[in-house]
Amino acid sequence: MAGPSPIHRLNPLTKLLLAAVSTILAVVLGGLVAPAVIVALAVIVPALIAGILPRLLRTALLLSLPIAISVLLVNLLFYPAGREILFQVGPIRATAEGLGFALETLARIGAISGAITLFYLTTPPAELVLDLERRGVPARLAFVAIASVQTVPAMVERAAAITAAQRARGLDTEGSAWKRIRGIVPLAGPVLLGSIAEIEERTMSLEARGFTRPGRRTLLWSPPDSGTQRAVRWLLVAALPAVVLARATGWLPA
Amino acid sequence: MLSLEGVTYRYAGTSRPSLRDISLTFGDGEVVGIAGRSEAGKTTLCLVLSGLAPRTVGGSLSGRLLVDGSDAAPLAIHELAGRIGIAFASPATQLSGVAATVYEEVAFGPMNLGLPRDEIIQRTDEALTALRIEPLAARDPARLSGGQQQLVAIAGLLAQRPAHLVLDEPTAQLDPQGTRLVGEALTRLANGGASIILVEQKTDLLAAVCSRVVVLDAGAVARDGAAGDVLGDERLSSLGIAAPASVRLRKALAQAGAGAAQLAVLDEPLR
Repeated sequence: MAGPSPIHRLNPLTKLLLAAVSTILAVVLGGLVAPAVIVALAVIVPALIAGILPRLLRTALLLSLPIAISVLLVNLLFYPAGREILFQVGPIRATAEGLGFALETLARIGAISGAITLFYLTTPPAELVLDLERRGVPARLAFVAIASVQTVPAMVERAAAITAAQRARGLDTEGSAWKRIRGIVPLAGPVLLGSIAEIEERTMSLEARGFTRPGRRTLLWSPPDSGTQRAVRWLLVAALPAVVLARATGWLPA
Repeated sequence: MLSLEGVTYRYAGTSRPSLRDISLTFGDGEVVGIAGRSEAGKTTLCLVLSGLAPRTVGGSLSGRLLVDGSDAAPLAIHELAGRIGIAFASPATQLSGVAATVYEEVAFGPMNLGLPRDEIIQRTDEALTALRIEPLAARDPARLSGGQQQLVAIAGLLAQRPAHLVLDEPTAQLDPQGTRLVGEALTRLANGGASIILVEQKTDLLAAVCSRVVVLDAGAVARDGAAGDVLGDERLSSLGIAAPASVRLRKALAQAGAGAAQLAVLDEPLR
């Protein structure tokens, strides 16, 4: 099935491996330069080729913003080894060391969320399932992986529908923080119970469609692969332990 | 042929049975309508007939489900999947969630059954054509309307070509045209020898496609007979079922003083 760009058309396993290796390298290498290089080469350039850069930046930002804010505040204001004071508010001191550590962590978070978002935006779940199945991964395992990814947007959609329905019947979910918190209570029950009921009916439907049959399913098609992509995947797999080893022995500085 | 012999079924954690001593036989090529008020046991009957209760749903069942004369108890659910198909009222939960296109969604069941590729393609094409949804083939199933999703779900069921089909309010989200297409597809399947059990609130559809109607009340069979007899029964409303439009029209005309010759016009096919 043709995708809109060369990045979309890459084999899902190549993109999955790229996201995984980018994530591991960002964590292992640390610092500011390495995550920045990863973001530039493994996120920004592919996103430009795929024509999804604005959407990727928006999604990655939404994904990482809550944790980024907490990382920045906690490290800037409460870094235990902080000595050089930038500013002080009462007993709370913002330190340069804390800011440095926060920026390094933010660089890692940026690289990780960028890599994951690139994979998510350029890979339809169905393609990943088919490719994993073709490689011998049991259909059930592949399905569980995809279902887990799809659970969050499905629950968000359900919550939005229930919120709209309850607002239409007079529930006040806007205004003060206390009002908003109170608004969650009548929302949580229907969302959770509805999701459980939906899972039960989906399970029945899958069973009735022969999903639990032992043995291989017949695949109508599978995402294309190439010798070049296979070589790149092996290169990534081989390079990863080498880089980790170089970093652990101090040969590769942060 | 699909048969229930003295079936009583109770959901886990309940003391009252949802089905009580049900004995019914659904012959090959027969389209049987199931009607009844809410909580009469219609959906439970579908789950038992498809083998999902108690295998997947849990609960306890006494009596026997016979598929083509053989006891279904030793069969696993995937073994029943190729022989008995079931459709539910809610379309979204019937979609696999892993198919990128409507075509793949319809092919999902036959793919699971491990059928040869060519046969899957042939069945999928036929199912799409039967419900006239070929133009949707390349669309994302998740982005369709509820009615379109329901047609896709039913097409997926047709592609499995089960010998027995259990449909729990399959037209709940369909417009009149979609309802008519489903009715036509069911009639074609029945002509091909499939036994079809159709749970429906729309008694007009039951009157149009069913040769026999069973009415459930409080988990037991209250009426079982020819569709015309059961749906024309004066006591139907006391069982929580609205009579079909044709029956109500006939009654209104008779009350207005129409004679037998005038009422006979209702039996003529529309031109």
